[in-house]
Amino acid sequence: MARRTLVGWAFLAPLVAYLLLCYGYPLLTTIDLSVRDYTVRTFVHGGAPVVGLANYTAVFADPVFRTALLNTLVFTAASLVFQYTTGLALAVFFSRHFRLSATLRALFLVPWLLPLIVSASTWAWMFNSEAGVVNAALAWFGLDAVHWLTSPDWALVSVIAANVWIGIPFNLVVLYSGLRNIPAEVHEASALDGASAWQSFRHVTFPMLRPVSAVTLLLGLVYTLKVFDLVWIMTRGGPGGASTTLATWSYELGFGSMLPRFGPSAAVGNVLILLAVVAGLVYVRVQRHQEAS
Amino acid sequence: MTRSSWRTAVGVLLTGVMLFPVYWMVNVSLTPPGELRKSPPDLVPTNPTFDGYARVLDEQLPYFGTSLLVALGTVALTLALAAPAAYSLAKLRPRGRRPLTFVLLVAQMIPGIIMALGLYGIYVELGITNTVWGLVFADSTIAVPFAVLILTSFMSSVPDEVVQAARIDGAGAWRTFRSVVLPASRNGVVTAGLFAFLWAWSDFVFAATLDSGGSMQPLTLGIYRYIGNNNQEWNAIMATAVVASVPATALLVLAQRFVAAGITSGAVKD
Repeated sequence: MARRTLVGWAFLAPLVAYLLLCYGYPLLTTIDLSVRDYTVRTFVHGGAPVVGLANYTAVFADPVFRTALLNTLVFTAASLVFQYTTGLALAVFFSRHFRLSATLRALFLVPWLLPLIVSASTWAWMFNSEAGVVNAALAWFGLDAVHWLTSPDWALVSVIAANVWIGIPFNLVVLYSGLRNIPAEVHEASALDGASAWQSFRHVTFPMLRPVSAVTLLLGLVYTLKVFDLVWIMTRGGPGGASTTLATWSYELGFGSMLPRFGPSAAVGNVLILLAVVAGLVYVRVQRHQEAS
Repeated sequence: MTRSSWRTAVGVLLTGVMLFPVYWMVNVSLTPPGELRKSPPDLVPTNPTFDGYARVLDEQLPYFGTSLLVALGTVALTLALAAPAAYSLAKLRPRGRRPLTFVLLVAQMIPGIIMALGLYGIYVELGITNTVWGLVFADSTIAVPFAVLILTSFMSSVPDEVVQAARIDGAGAWRTFRSVVLPASRNGVVTAGLFAFLWAWSDFVFAATLDSGGSMQPLTLGIYRYIGNNNQEWNAIMATAVVASVPATALLVLAQRFVAAGITSGAVKD
């Protein structure tokens, strides 16, 4: 038995070394960055003074923090609600077989597989104030043009719309396979009892799908908190910080200008990691719970 | 009209709405720059031009080469690390492995921007920013935890009797891994490799932070530069975007069942 453990860990050793080197070390580095006062010079040559939690207090006191936190929460909550409801409706629609259903379902995966920079720049052009197709459609309905990406009222809405589009395929695929795992007899039984399609969904399908829904939403939460590329490419967090999230703010502080502020950047990043890990722990708990039952 | 063909019609319509942005990307890539500001825009390329694509070939080709190199490197590194580890977790099951599985789950949740910041600090110290293999290591952090978890679940489904039989025939742990378990979980290897490739190919965060001054830059930076420099030339930008989407689309067509398996694994337990 001891030999088997030894052999087992020998196979795991490269992975463990990798995790320490490529995860452990960078994460310790961000913690170290967040408690020091760095300049470009000390970043390269070392010797930055330790300032304790000063970067954190500075970040919390910054008015941008409130906006970024609020935007992150709104962005995440709105994305999840719309992705999940649309994904669920589509999953129910596709759960009945019809001609071409498998092909169409596969096509729905395309937005999820495209590089984010491709989706982000396509949506940026579609939302363009003067020449964008979205405003052209509004004009066709006789509505006024909207400055989607350049007005503080609409920038966050626009990035949420694009993010929902990217998130729908994931929700569709996971919820679809969840629906497929519900035995057909359940539906037949409720149909025999005279339940309408809506009643059957509301009282039978939806409750039985709850574990899968929980996992879908939690994974969605973890992914959405991380979103950076999309917002940065579409609006750079602007205009005037109207669509700044914690992820884009962290990047902006550290890499957005000629005068990088690595300390505060790392502090913001660590706040974000805290949110993500809390979500992650809930996810792990839910999954354990499901495996047990 | 039967019920089923009614559903097909609605399905086609919904798919059309969903894929409209993709169509629009292709449409803009074929629109001559002079007609881009036309209002209302043409819904179909009435006057298609391939100038955008000519510029892609002219200006963006090196970026594509770098992306291909980085993506293939990431696939190789990811599989080399993940396959033996997954074999151990699935079949050797050594004592004390549970915390490791937990670490892998949590690792997937760490935002890329934080990894980028930490890696940047280390890369500057070691003087390895702007290197291709530095980017390969960074990109692999997106894929390795996922690859280990998915390969573990594929390898777990190889029957223990098969592994035992190999043992009785005198095969050691390495031999059993190479000749029995690894070939039997080929689909898992394909899925893990596919996602490693797609993620590395699409990565922007690590490229922007760790390789923005390098002589070899990936195509995500190529597109980003395009957007920054030539704000008006959306025809060329969209042409690059179309070409950048080719691997994803090709993989979807060739390996759709693997893609679906990859998305659902971990999220839904049978």
